[in-house]
Amino acid sequence: MHDHDEQPHNLDSMRSKLQGKDGAQYWRSLEELAGTDEFQRFVDDEFPHRATLLELDRRQFLTLMGSSLALAGLTGCRILPQDKIVPYVKAPEEVIAGKPLTYATAISLGGYAHGVLVESHEGRPTKIEGNPGHPASLGATNAFMQAAMHTLYDPDRARAITNVAVASTWDDFLAATSKALEGQTASKGAGIRLLTETVTSPTLAAQIREFLTKYPNAEWHQYDTSSADNVKAGARLALGSPVNVVYKFDKAARVLSLDSDFLMTMPGSVRYARDFTNGRRVRKGTREINRLYAIESMPTLTGALADHRLPAKSSDIEAIAYSIAQGLGIDVGSSAPTTKLAPPWIAAAVKDLNAHPGESLVVPGEQQPPSVHALCHAINEKLGAVGKTVVYTEPVEAEAVEHVASLNDLLADIHAGHVQALFILGGSNPAFTAPADFAFADTLRRVRFKVYHGIYADETAALCDWHVPDTHFLEAWSDARAFDGTASIVQPLIEPLYVSKSAHEVMAALNDKPLPGYDILRESWKALGGAGDFDTWWRKTLYQGFVDGSAAKEVQATIQGSLASRLPQPVSAGSGLEINFRLDPTLGDGRWANNAWLQELPKPVTKLVWDNAAIMSPATATELKLCPADRPDQATGSMVELSLGNRKLKMPVYILPGHAANSVTVHVGYGRTKTGLVGADHGFNPYPLRTSAAPWFSGGLKVSPTGEKYDLLSTHYHNSIEMLDRELARVRTIEDFIKNPKLTEPDEEENPPEYDTLFREPDTYRDWEGAKWGMSIDLQTCIGCNACVVACQAENNIPTVGKDQVSRGREMHWIRIDRYFKGKDLENPQVVFQPVPCMHCERAPCEPVCPVAATTHSHEGLNQMVYNRCVGTRYCSNNCPYKVRRFNFLNYANHHDVNELGQEAAPLKLLNNPNVTVRSRGVMEKCSYCVQRINAARIEAKKDRRNIKDGEVVTACEQACPTQAIIFGDIADANSRVSKAKRQDHDYTLLADLNTRPRTTYMAKIRNPNPEISTE
Amino acid sequence: MAQVFPPAANSAARASLLGAMALPVLLTMAGMALTRSSYNTHVNVAIEQPIPFSHEHHATELGIDCRYCHTSVEKSAFAGIPPTHTCMSCHSQIWTNSPLLEPLRESYRKGIPLKWNRVNKLPEFVYFNHSIHVNRGINCNNCHGPIEKMNLTAKGKPFFMSWCLECHRNPEGYLRKPGTALDIYREGQSNLPHKLDPDDERLLYDQDYKPSAERVEKGKELMEYYHIKKDQLTDCWVCHR
Repeated sequence: MHDHDEQPHNLDSMRSKLQGKDGAQYWRSLEELAGTDEFQRFVDDEFPHRATLLELDRRQFLTLMGSSLALAGLTGCRILPQDKIVPYVKAPEEVIAGKPLTYATAISLGGYAHGVLVESHEGRPTKIEGNPGHPASLGATNAFMQAAMHTLYDPDRARAITNVAVASTWDDFLAATSKALEGQTASKGAGIRLLTETVTSPTLAAQIREFLTKYPNAEWHQYDTSSADNVKAGARLALGSPVNVVYKFDKAARVLSLDSDFLMTMPGSVRYARDFTNGRRVRKGTREINRLYAIESMPTLTGALADHRLPAKSSDIEAIAYSIAQGLGIDVGSSAPTTKLAPPWIAAAVKDLNAHPGESLVVPGEQQPPSVHALCHAINEKLGAVGKTVVYTEPVEAEAVEHVASLNDLLADIHAGHVQALFILGGSNPAFTAPADFAFADTLRRVRFKVYHGIYADETAALCDWHVPDTHFLEAWSDARAFDGTASIVQPLIEPLYVSKSAHEVMAALNDKPLPGYDILRESWKALGGAGDFDTWWRKTLYQGFVDGSAAKEVQATIQGSLASRLPQPVSAGSGLEINFRLDPTLGDGRWANNAWLQELPKPVTKLVWDNAAIMSPATATELKLCPADRPDQATGSMVELSLGNRKLKMPVYILPGHAANSVTVHVGYGRTKTGLVGADHGFNPYPLRTSAAPWFSGGLKVSPTGEKYDLLSTHYHNSIEMLDRELARVRTIEDFIKNPKLTEPDEEENPPEYDTLFREPDTYRDWEGAKWGMSIDLQTCIGCNACVVACQAENNIPTVGKDQVSRGREMHWIRIDRYFKGKDLENPQVVFQPVPCMHCERAPCEPVCPVAATTHSHEGLNQMVYNRCVGTRYCSNNCPYKVRRFNFLNYANHHDVNELGQEAAPLKLLNNPNVTVRSRGVMEKCSYCVQRINAARIEAKKDRRNIKDGEVVTACEQACPTQAIIFGDIADANSRVSKAKRQDHDYTLLADLNTRPRTTYMAKIRNPNPEISTE
Repeated sequence: MAQVFPPAANSAARASLLGAMALPVLLTMAGMALTRSSYNTHVNVAIEQPIPFSHEHHATELGIDCRYCHTSVEKSAFAGIPPTHTCMSCHSQIWTNSPLLEPLRESYRKGIPLKWNRVNKLPEFVYFNHSIHVNRGINCNNCHGPIEKMNLTAKGKPFFMSWCLECHRNPEGYLRKPGTALDIYREGQSNLPHKLDPDDERLLYDQDYKPSAERVEKGKELMEYYHIKKDQLTDCWVCHR
C-alpha cells in the first residue's frame, strides 16, 4: 500500500491488484486500489491540507510569531457580564429545574407516524428518542427522526404569514380566504381544490371530509414524491383492493428483495430493520440465521446486508419477477418475458425460498411497476407467506389514491379552467417535486387564489399568493397512523417559535370552526371513540404515545381470478443506458435540504456529503469513456450531461462499485433554489428529468462528458485506518463460524499479541473495583443507516462545518461509519459497515503525548478529554491509530451571531444539550461514551446506595440504533449485556496488534451464503 | 567640571538594579494576590439585587428551611430559585405594602419573572450537582460560607478548582449522616442554648472552617457507608465533560 511508484493504473490493474490480494480482500474505495496520492494523504495524516511551518518563509513566520506573542494574553481578557438568574413566576407542575422531562409524541415521515419520546429541558425540547412501546419504533430511530430536532430550531424557517411575499396576518388571510370561498357557495365549491401530502391523520381526514361535505363539488388531491403509488396499484391489480402490506420479517427465514430497500425507505423500516436483524444475530452455538437475497440496481443498505446480491438494472427486475413466478409454477401467461440474468443464481434462490414455505418472503421495491408488485403478491401467496411473513390490512391512508394520477387530475382541471381556489397543505413543495412533464409551476399560475401551507418559504410558496407557515411537529397538536395503522396523538412540546398554523388549524378555519389545535384533537378523538372515561383515556394515550388497539384490521386477500390476463404488457428492458431516480438517502424528496445535520451526514453507501451525483459502476464509466487510461476512480467528479429525450442535466459522476452496469442512479432532493441558507445551491436537481410516465426509472439515457471537473466530496477515505494486511472489519460465513468460532488463525489463537510497552503503568483500570465501561458493536446487525451518527450529533452538541471544511477532513462527527468493500469483483463486491467511535483504550496512545494532560484516563476506564485544559497541539489525534479525534480548527459551535454556514445562530443555540460543553476553537474533542448520561445515572445510583443497573446507562448511539448493534455497559458485571457480548467467540479487537486494549470491541459479520450459489 | 552624580547615585543605581530584578517577582506576586483577592473572586462582595433579600432574616431569624425555597437541592443539579408564587405565599399576607417588595408584587401581577443577579457562578465547563452533595450530608456552608448569616447575599468561597479539590481529595471531614446535611441550622437558629459541637459551631459562623481530626476520623465510616471511592472523585469527567 505504500508503494508510490507509478505503475499504469487501469481497471485491469485494479482487478489484478484485487486478484493478487491473498487472504481477505478488503478495500475502501477505488482510490485506495489505485493507490492515489490523495488517498495516501488521508491515511498518513488525519487532517491533511493544512499549511505547515515549512511552507512559511522567514518573514511570514516572524510576522505570525510576533503578532501571536503580542496578542497571546488578550484571549483571556474579557469582562464577563453579570449573569441573571430567572425563576418562574409560577412553577409548572412536574418540572424540577435541571432535570429533563420526557414526553411521548410521534413524528410523521411520508405521512406515517413513528412514535418518539422527546426530552425537554425546562420547556425546551433538545433530543428525540424512539418510543419503545410504539410498533414502528420499538425504541429506535432513524437519521430523519433524530435530525427533526434541528429543523425545529432552523433559523431559516418561514416566520410570518405572507401575501405575495409581504408580511401579513392570520386575520387578513382569513378575510381573503372567506372572500375567495364566498363565490364558491353557489357552485357548491366546484372551483375549490385541496392538495395534500399522504394523509394518515384521522382528524385531518375528518376535517377534509367535513369541508367536502360543505362544498360537495370541491375535490381533494394528494401528491407526495415518496408515495408508494406502485404498491397501491400492484395490490389493486393482484388483490382487487389497495390493501396495506405489512411484512413480518421476524418470521422470515429466507427473504428475496426485488430492488427494495426495506431496511431504509419503507414506512415501517425502523421496525423492519429490528425484526430482520433479530433473525440474524449470531451468538455462541448459533447454527442457523436467516438468508437475504437482493437484486437491485443502486447498492442500498438492504443489498449491503444481503448474503447474495445481484446487480441488475431496474428495468430487468420485471422479467426477473416473471421468471421467479414461472419457476414457482405460477401461470403468468405465455408472453411473459424471461431474463438472461444469472439463471442459476435465480433458480437456486427460488429453490431456497420454496424450501421454506411460510417462512420465506419476496419484497418488491416501491419504484418497481405495479406488475412486479402483483407478481410478488402471487409469489408470496404461492410460498405460503400470506398471513405469516406478509399480512394484509385495511389501508392506513385516509384515501389510498395514486398520487401521480391525482396530481395529474388536478392539473387537468386547472388547465380546463375549473379551479379558482387551491389550498396546498403540508409542505410537499410540488413546484419542486412534481413530475417535469406536468409543468406544475406554469400551470399553477392559472389559479386565481393559491394558498401554500409549508414550513419553509420554498419554491411553491414563491408561486402562491398566500403562504401560511406550517408548524413543526413539536409545536402543534395532531395525530397520525403508523405503517401498521397504529394511531398516535402528536403532542407538542413547545409553543410555535414563529407565526405558524398547523394543518388542522387551517382546515378548521376553512370549515368555520376556528378552534385551537388541542380542542380540535380532543373533539375528534371523542368522536373516534376513546374507550371509557374520555379524560382517563386521553391522559393514558398521551402518556404512552399511541392509541391502544388501533392497528389496522387484518384482511384476507387473495389473487383474484387469473392474474396473467390482467398483467400489463411488460416493458422491454432494452440494452441501452438506464436512469434511476431515487429519493436522496439524507434529504428525502428535498424537504430536509435545509437541515445541516442531514446535509453533512455521509450518505449511507456513497459517503457523499453536501452533494448528489450521477452514480454508476466502474465498468459503465469505462465504457462511456469518462475516465482516462481506463481508471474508473478518476471519473468521480467529472461533469457529464445526462439527456433523456430533450431533457438535459449536467451533473458530476460518482463511481460506485456494485452499481448495476448500464444504469445511472441520481438522487432527487438536491438543487433546491428557494429554501434556507443551508439547502439552497447545493447539488443538482434531477427532477427536470423525471416525468410522470417514468417517475423511477427510464431507458434511453444518454451520457456525454463535458470535460469539466466538479469538487464532489465523499468522506469515504477520510480517517482511513492504516490497513496493511490487517482485517479491520471481519467477515466470515456461518459455516466458517460453526467450524471455527474464534475467527482467528490457529497460531494467532495460541499467541495473543502481547507487546511490551514503554509506558509501563500499573493496570489501574483493570484492577478497579467499580464499574468498567465498555462497548460492543455487532457488525453482523449494523446496517449502516447512520441513525447513530445523527443521534450522537444531537446528544453531544456536535457542530456542522460546511463543505469546504469537510473537504479538509475536518468533519466533527464523533462516530463515523467506515465502509469496506470485500471481494475480488469490482462490479459486485460485498459491503461491510463498521461504526467507529473512540475506542477508550486502556493503554490509550493519545494520553502520554498530551503535554498538558488534557486527555487522561478515568478509573472507570473512560479516556477523558478535558476541553478547558486542551491547548490544541493535536499530538493526541496524531497518535490515535483509530483516527477518532476531532479538532475545532475554527469556532464551529461557539458562534456568536452567525454560524459556520452563515445562519443566524440564536435559535440554533436552543438546540444544545445543556449537559454537554459547547466546544470552542482550538480544542480537541471525541466520543465520551456519553459521559453525561453515565454521570447522571451514577449520581442517581449513589443517592440510593446501589450500583448502576445494567441498561441504566444507554449511550445516544446505542439508543438510536434500529438493530441494537451497539451495546454499552459495565464489563465488570459478568451478567451485563455487554459482558455477554464480549464473551462471544467472534468478538474481536480493532488493531489488536497495537496492544492499546480498547474497551470497544466488535463482533464479526457472519454471512449465510447459499451453498448452491458460488461466490467467486 | 563638577561631578554630575553625587556619591549617593551609586547606591541609587544599585538599588534600582535590585529593584529591576525584584520587579517581575513583585508583579507576579501582586498578580497572584489580585487573583485571589475578593476584587477578582467577589467573595464577600454583595451584589445589588432587585429586592434586598436577606438570608439572615429568613433562615436564621424566622427559621425557614433552605428547601422551602431551594426546592430541588436534594433532587437535581440545580438547587432552584423560588418562583414568585413561593415568595407570595407569605408576602401576600405580610409586608404587603412594603415598597421594597414592589418588584415582587409587580412580577406576581404581570406574570413577568424577577431577574436576580447571579451570585454563585461556575464556568460553563464545570458540571456541579447539588443533589449528590446534599445527599452525602455536605452542608451548604461548606461551599456558600455562612450563608444563613448573610444580610445581603454574597459569594462565600472563591470557587477555585484547587478549592474544589481540597474536599474531593479528602472528603471524609465534610460528610454527615444521610438526611442531616441541613440540621445544624435548626440548632443554630434556636434561642435555646446551643447544642452544637465545636465543629458545627465553626461551620456555621467561620468562613474558613476546616474539619477537625476527630471529624475526619468519624467521616471514614461514612465513606464506607456511602461507598465513596476517593480516587474517582478526582477523575476529570466527574466534573468536566
